[in-house]
Amino acid sequence: MTVTTVPSPNPASLPTPTRRRPQAITPAEGVRIAGVAGVAVILTALVFLATPLSGAFGSVVFAFAAFVALEVVDVSLRLDPQAAKDRTATILITGSAGVALVPLGFIVWYVVSKGIGGMHPGFFTKTLEEVGPLDPASAGGAEHAIIGSVEQVGLASLIATPLGILTAVYLSEYPGRLTRVVRFFVDSMSGIPSVVAGLFIYTLWVVRLEKGFSGLAAAMALSVLMLPTVARTAEEMLKLVPDGLRESSLALGAPKWRTVTSIVLPTARSGLITAGILGVARIAGETAPLLMTAFGTDSVNVNPTKGAQSSLPLFVYQRVRNAVPSQVARGWAGALVLILLVLTLFTVARLFGRVRKAA
Amino acid sequence: MLVAVTTLPDGVAAPVRRRIVASPTRADRAFQALVIGAAWSVLAILGLIFLFLFMEAWPALHQAGWSFLVRFQWFPDLTPPVFGVAALLVGTLVIALVALAIALPVAVGSALYVNEYAPRWLARPLVTMIDLLAAIPSLIYGMWGLYWLSPRLNGTSRWLTDHLGFIPIFHTSRRVFGSSMFVCGIVVALMILPIIASVTREVFAQVPRTTCEGALALGGTRWGMVRRVILPFGRSGMVGAAMLGLGRALGETIAVALILSINFQITPHILEPGGGSVAAHIANQFPEAGLAGRKALVAAGLVLFVVTLIVNMVARVVVNRSRSSRGLVD
Repeated sequence: MTVTTVPSPNPASLPTPTRRRPQAITPAEGVRIAGVAGVAVILTALVFLATPLSGAFGSVVFAFAAFVALEVVDVSLRLDPQAAKDRTATILITGSAGVALVPLGFIVWYVVSKGIGGMHPGFFTKTLEEVGPLDPASAGGAEHAIIGSVEQVGLASLIATPLGILTAVYLSEYPGRLTRVVRFFVDSMSGIPSVVAGLFIYTLWVVRLEKGFSGLAAAMALSVLMLPTVARTAEEMLKLVPDGLRESSLALGAPKWRTVTSIVLPTARSGLITAGILGVARIAGETAPLLMTAFGTDSVNVNPTKGAQSSLPLFVYQRVRNAVPSQVARGWAGALVLILLVLTLFTVARLFGRVRKAA
Repeated sequence: MLVAVTTLPDGVAAPVRRRIVASPTRADRAFQALVIGAAWSVLAILGLIFLFLFMEAWPALHQAGWSFLVRFQWFPDLTPPVFGVAALLVGTLVIALVALAIALPVAVGSALYVNEYAPRWLARPLVTMIDLLAAIPSLIYGMWGLYWLSPRLNGTSRWLTDHLGFIPIFHTSRRVFGSSMFVCGIVVALMILPIIASVTREVFAQVPRTTCEGALALGGTRWGMVRRVILPFGRSGMVGAAMLGLGRALGETIAVALILSINFQITPHILEPGGGSVAAHIANQFPEAGLAGRKALVAAGLVLFVVTLIVNMVARVVVNRSRSSRGLVD
């Protein structure tokens, strides 16, 4: 038997292993990609100058297609078809994430640029009661609509938040066969078209009970839409409360209801606030259900229980429908207020969510 | 050989398994009843929606009979009234399908990007931005679509009808564009994108990491891993997500009401102005409608409610099933 001895490598003579990142794009590759992109842009410019093709949208699509095609040629010449397929997929998938985000920027930018013009201090302190069709956009304001919005959204939250949180308590603290049924219907309810919620309260409150159009009716329609959002978000938040806390409380002899009210709910407080804010953000911009419940008016109505009331989304919708330019300008100012409100609510909800995770 | 045997000392009885009996106090029972009552109110609301819409719509439905589902016109104030939702239903479906055709690939692509491609610092902000798309009110989408997007799409529509006009959906007879189901479809696509993206992202995230790494370790490219592991794994989840998006798209109201000019014709030509939408028609007509007209609109709302509820429930079943079967595989 012969024994071959392999000399053990001298550790000092070996190069220290560098970490390989198989998916990362090397600087050389990055330069190539940039070069290909440049060629695609130049090609697009030449084609659009030389042929009758025109238009911003078309040129972007053309340039992107040219970039993909050139990349495929470049990669398959140097590497293999698999690598070319991989590169194509990477470009398309990255591109789709971009496509998803571009409109967001356009929408916010457009609303801000259109809304700034119609904005003036009177927007918050005046109504449309004495505004004629020939008055400039700086006349009158949306005070009546803002009052209506605050009352309607406030009342809807008063209805939907407690109901939603109690539903969430049921879903997370009393698990059983029926819980899954309830969760399924809550999920299905979140897909109800908003106009159907409006028609429901219209038939129930306005027609059957003969109460007429009112802010309260609007609040009830909005609460139908808000309830599933609050319930499901709150349920997720309650699930984050560690079981150890529940068990400790029960082991100390506290009954279940005390455990829920004194331990589980306070622990999840900031999460529950997030749920409430997300619910408000969900309904703050709803328009369709208000058409058949609050109906809209041009003057202040502080009483939510009686008579038609306006609201910010309704104000915007009715201004835009009215094709007079000054009215449309008022509508855009209202849209600006609305989008700022929703973005603020969304950000605040996220911040509350983050505090909870850090704690 | 040593065997450890535990023996009880003499005189000590073997422990008997204790049954733990919870004895809820009266307050416990009251609290539980309160919570259960709140939870079942959701089901009660769904039932009441159907009941009240049905009661209000019954005279109109009774009068129109089955023709309600097949008629095109909408003249509820005539004697005898003539109205039906056929054109509106078909239009609603066309808009929803256009929206889905655009939103589904983009949503799946962005879900894959966030899960598999994006650098870690980018993934979370990206998710937040996509969720933000869902927070923007329908009304603002509608105004943006009407004033910004619609005029800018005229060139694209003209190009499509000039070069692809032989395909029926891109055909136009009058070469007039804007206020079309195509524009509506694009706007609605943006609105349903977040829900499809978030559900598919969640499903893709449940693919066992070891299987993905196995694919890469066998020499697969990243696309190979996505195509052979992630997409087959998430297929039923994607179907469910698409149906959830479809449900939302069917119910979109204000954005479509602002953009579309409804003309009560069933047409496959999505680039032309006109088409229909149940929800948008209700929102358009309600403020001006008379008593008979409102009853007819409630009937249309009932149809919309039933259709969207069925689509949503089926979608939830599909999504939940894909979720639970993943749990077993993992």
